[in-house]
Amino acid sequence: MEDLILEARGITKTFPGVKANDHIDIQLRRGEVLAVLGENGAGKTTLMNILYGLYQPDEGEIRLYGKPVRVDSPKAAIDLGIGMIHQHFMLIPNFTVLENIILGMPSPREPLLDLKYAKSKVVELSKKYGLSIDPDAMVWQISVGAQQRVEIIKALYRGAEILILDEPTAVLTPQEAQDLFAVLKTLKAQGKSVIFISHKLDEVMEVSDRVTVLRDGKVIGTVNTRETNTQELARMMVGREVLFKIGKKPACPGTVALELEDVWVLNEKKLPALKGVSLQVRSGEILGIAGVDGNGQTELAEVITGLRRAIKGNVKMFGEDVTNQTPRPLIERGLAHIPADRRRQGLVLDFSIAENMILETYYRHPFARRWILRHDVIRNNAKELIRQYDVRTPGYQVPAKNLSGGNQQKVIIAREFSRAPKILIAVQPTRGLDVGATEYVHRSLLEQRDKGVAILLISTDLEEVRNVSDRLAVIFGGQIMGIVDPATTPIEEIGMMMAGSVGKGPVFSETTAV
Amino acid sequence: MSHEASKPVVAKGKQPAEALQAFPQQMILSSLLPLAAILLALFIGAVLIYAVGINPWKAYRFLVYGAFGSPNSIAETIVKSCPLVLAGLGFAFAFRCGLFNIGAEGQLYLGALASILVGIYLKGLPAILHAPIAVIAAALAGGIWGAIPGYLKARFGISEIINTIMMNYIGIYFVSYLVHGPLREPPGYYPQTARIADTAAFPKLIEGTRLHAGVFVALLAAFLVYHILKNTTLGYQIKAVGYNREAARFGGINVSASFVVTMAISGALAGLAGANEMLGVQHRLLDGFSPGYGYDAIAVALLGRAHPAGVFLAALLFGSLRAGANMMQRSAAVPVQLIYIIQGLVVLFVIGSTFLMDRYAARAMKRRVA
Repeated sequence: MEDLILEARGITKTFPGVKANDHIDIQLRRGEVLAVLGENGAGKTTLMNILYGLYQPDEGEIRLYGKPVRVDSPKAAIDLGIGMIHQHFMLIPNFTVLENIILGMPSPREPLLDLKYAKSKVVELSKKYGLSIDPDAMVWQISVGAQQRVEIIKALYRGAEILILDEPTAVLTPQEAQDLFAVLKTLKAQGKSVIFISHKLDEVMEVSDRVTVLRDGKVIGTVNTRETNTQELARMMVGREVLFKIGKKPACPGTVALELEDVWVLNEKKLPALKGVSLQVRSGEILGIAGVDGNGQTELAEVITGLRRAIKGNVKMFGEDVTNQTPRPLIERGLAHIPADRRRQGLVLDFSIAENMILETYYRHPFARRWILRHDVIRNNAKELIRQYDVRTPGYQVPAKNLSGGNQQKVIIAREFSRAPKILIAVQPTRGLDVGATEYVHRSLLEQRDKGVAILLISTDLEEVRNVSDRLAVIFGGQIMGIVDPATTPIEEIGMMMAGSVGKGPVFSETTAV
Repeated sequence: MSHEASKPVVAKGKQPAEALQAFPQQMILSSLLPLAAILLALFIGAVLIYAVGINPWKAYRFLVYGAFGSPNSIAETIVKSCPLVLAGLGFAFAFRCGLFNIGAEGQLYLGALASILVGIYLKGLPAILHAPIAVIAAALAGGIWGAIPGYLKARFGISEIINTIMMNYIGIYFVSYLVHGPLREPPGYYPQTARIADTAAFPKLIEGTRLHAGVFVALLAAFLVYHILKNTTLGYQIKAVGYNREAARFGGINVSASFVVTMAISGALAGLAGANEMLGVQHRLLDGFSPGYGYDAIAVALLGRAHPAGVFLAALLFGSLRAGANMMQRSAAVPVQLIYIIQGLVVLFVIGSTFLMDRYAARAMKRRVA
């Protein structure tokens, strides 16, 4: 194979207790998009960090154009023509696009900058690869999709022949993702090679030429994208058959449990983050909130759960006005919350599992008698919930920080569901979880729904809200753009609404107050 | 969730078990390291003593003798440890809520003032009531003095570190003004108050020594703090706020109220330290009576890793250094400044060793998680 550009042979990397990479072989050819597919914890990121020089492998070698090379730092990687686009961009918001691109690069007129020369080069790259950017815009002013293009140009400006993209679509709207795929195709046509890391099957099918599937740190196989399908890839990735559509009974919505009327909320910068949001959630239904991150989702969850004040409007639970109550009375009314950041907001990581299980109820019967904690009851409660929710842990006394992400989420779910809530606010409940744990969370949400809980599911994962919700509201710029039926509304239309265009009108006129 | 068995979760599932296995190892480490640190500090102290021309072996023999050599010196060690235990518990308690109460010194002065006022002016009570009322008054005064910065933190988000330090100046100089002016004893030569009534004084435990019943106050306080933190809803709440303010808030805990209550209890403990010194040792309020107990308390609490038992041991260590230092100064002519230097070295090395330990633990944990 003459067109082989980058090859990793027998890469092995062991962390105490975990073999993150176990004799991994991958081959990247010139002018192709190679997808590296795997669940969280399969070893994708470790492998990429080795290729980019952030980790050193215990065994194995990296070959570039057939010659063994040493990649012992990101700088070495860049010098070898390997560029990496991280999930979280490494840009300085107060610099222009151009300044960000040339950051740290020698100028032809040292010690002076030669912005004119740099700009012409950037414009040339931008034209050549179809990466539309404005070199003079400040980075904080441009969209996330544009920031990603800046990162790609940054890598190309440094002479990258090989681009590694780590879960690049996680932060994009569907349209922005389409734009990115078009860019990748242009790059490919111009002879660049791309490694595309993902756990999303659809986009791997769409954009890649070949797919290498990782599981438990090993290569399960490499297939040509044209000769495979999502079912086969899923089976390789998970190791068993995967149900894509969760078996979902139709919802039987009851009375209105949660209602927001013209709610206005400020963010940290004292700017309006919610601008007159109105919505209703009924008992026994899941209302999904779709939207690109940062469009008011955090503030929406916080105003309902009493963590943030509404400056205008009302929040009602079962018809009673609960606007601006503190969290505890709301919790006592039967409000449960799965927060977006489980490590920072959902758990006290230094507390044991048993202590975390009573975070909202420690002061009440049966966990306390007057002001004395009943350690035996707390312990038994934890043991029972660990069993019931299948939390993988050696014991209830283990600090929550020692659990894996999926098991941490189970602790939160167990705690919230064991209170028999009436209303549940779930924010990004599957972020960072693998397919198995995600499926579990989705099934749990549906179970609660069928028990009559009113659920507001806020997620930036469009697939998730489409699959799980009974009705789907799209939020943009702090406003609800419309409420649609997730089963029948085309994804393009939802995508348009996520980018700010008003929906075709309420599908559920009887329950919507848009 | 049986299908999870086929996932990398299994590999990760080993982590907690490993962490547990590493636990006893860390326990041994966490008790040996501070000991080694103390020995190292004493060794450097010996070099310094030698450098000023004194035989360090002889000096240290006086140090040990002064701290533990006779019933009287043991009594002195305990007497000097008591206020450190109480004020140290105060700092530790706030620390568990994630707060830095640097104001123990001021709270201690206010506590001393309150106990003296009750001791002098509340007359005709039996001893069984008089001393306890003076103690409660001290706890209240210290508690209020602590609660003010707690409230400012809760309400306006102003750093409790700065406010407690400022409150120190106000408290110490307010007391100073009082003993120079309105509360000066009748003959009026020295800046000090009159003596408290005998009924308010802590009874002596052993005649001929200064050992007094205040040691029980310290013991009781240590036990109470332990009990509150371990077994009560308040303790749970305070620890939750201390470990993760955000998660506590999300869980419905009133973080602001926790700050105020915690600072009040922390201040009350420091106030007790003041009462202990007044009712047990000095029996009258003098300008500048505290040799910095409130500041040593910070070191004591950190040395004791903010655990009541640890605080108790650390206070004993400091008390014995204090008691032994007097003897070392008198009998071996070691300048008292050197004692403070050695004390400083002990704190530095012990805290350095815990830092090393934490870093070791963090690194071990990181390696496991990565």
